[in-house]
Amino acid sequence: MAEVFFFLAAIGALAGAIGTVALRSPFYSVLSLVCHLLSLAALFLLLRAEFVAAAQVIVYVGAVMVLYLFVVAYVGGGADPISTAGRPGLRWASALFAGALFAELSIAVLGTGLSALGEEGSGWFAGFGTPSEIGRLLLTDFLLAFEVASILLLVAAVGAVILARRRTGLDDAREISVGDLLRSGSRDALTGGDAGTMIEVEGPPRR
Amino acid sequence: MNVEWYLIVSALVFSIGAGGILVRRNPLVILLCLELMLNAGNLALVAFARAHGNEDGQIFALIVMVVAACEVAVGLGLIVAIYRRRLPIDVDELRELQG
Repeated sequence: MAEVFFFLAAIGALAGAIGTVALRSPFYSVLSLVCHLLSLAALFLLLRAEFVAAAQVIVYVGAVMVLYLFVVAYVGGGADPISTAGRPGLRWASALFAGALFAELSIAVLGTGLSALGEEGSGWFAGFGTPSEIGRLLLTDFLLAFEVASILLLVAAVGAVILARRRTGLDDAREISVGDLLRSGSRDALTGGDAGTMIEVEGPPRR
Repeated sequence: MNVEWYLIVSALVFSIGAGGILVRRNPLVILLCLELMLNAGNLALVAFARAHGNEDGQIFALIVMVVAACEVAVGLGLIVAIYRRRLPIDVDELRELQG
């Protein structure tokens, strides 16, 4: 039974991956990647990684892919179908490179001396991969990685806001930098004035 | 199922993603192909965690998912900034940094 589910999920994952690369419209690429990620979550379940599978569905399929869809809709990726490659020679070279990479990875994996790879995996205890077990590990053995990940998420959120914010009046020479933002923020962020938000309309205050 | 099968699937998905990054020119699709490669790495990590019978690989996969989410946020912010400046969404056209 596990074999059937494995092959179904693996075929779904591979089809999703090929569709992501080969479909012309970015919108369909995103939908195909959603199919790929769901199949991958099924594979994670087969590998007894329940929490990782749930996080995959919630974080990737639920949040990241919706973000992708919004950006594709905003940028309007469907309007001009992007051609796969300008030069056909480059396409063949890429396919050749991908094939060589797969051959090398397969040789590396199958030729390794790890004896555990040839069987179904070593013994697993009850509760392997459950949320409670993962949570215990994250808060004991991997506490540093957990905290660093939270800081990284914070930095990425601030960076995304700074990158994607609306820049009006960028055409004159005064480009807004992060330093300007901090300076103007410390000086007159709270006064506001007639300038809407501090970031948006005027940039750094005129001196 | 043997763990080897999962690793073969992971290698296939990884090489498909690598080929896609080389072939496609839309930065959105290139980000999607990056996601493919990261997920192939995740699958290999979880498969190794199963092979060795401890959960460290699953924690590693979770951290990789966090880093991938950060990369997506920053990458999509860049694409939106490119779009706002009326530049073409095409990595072959955006070559000012080449000097």
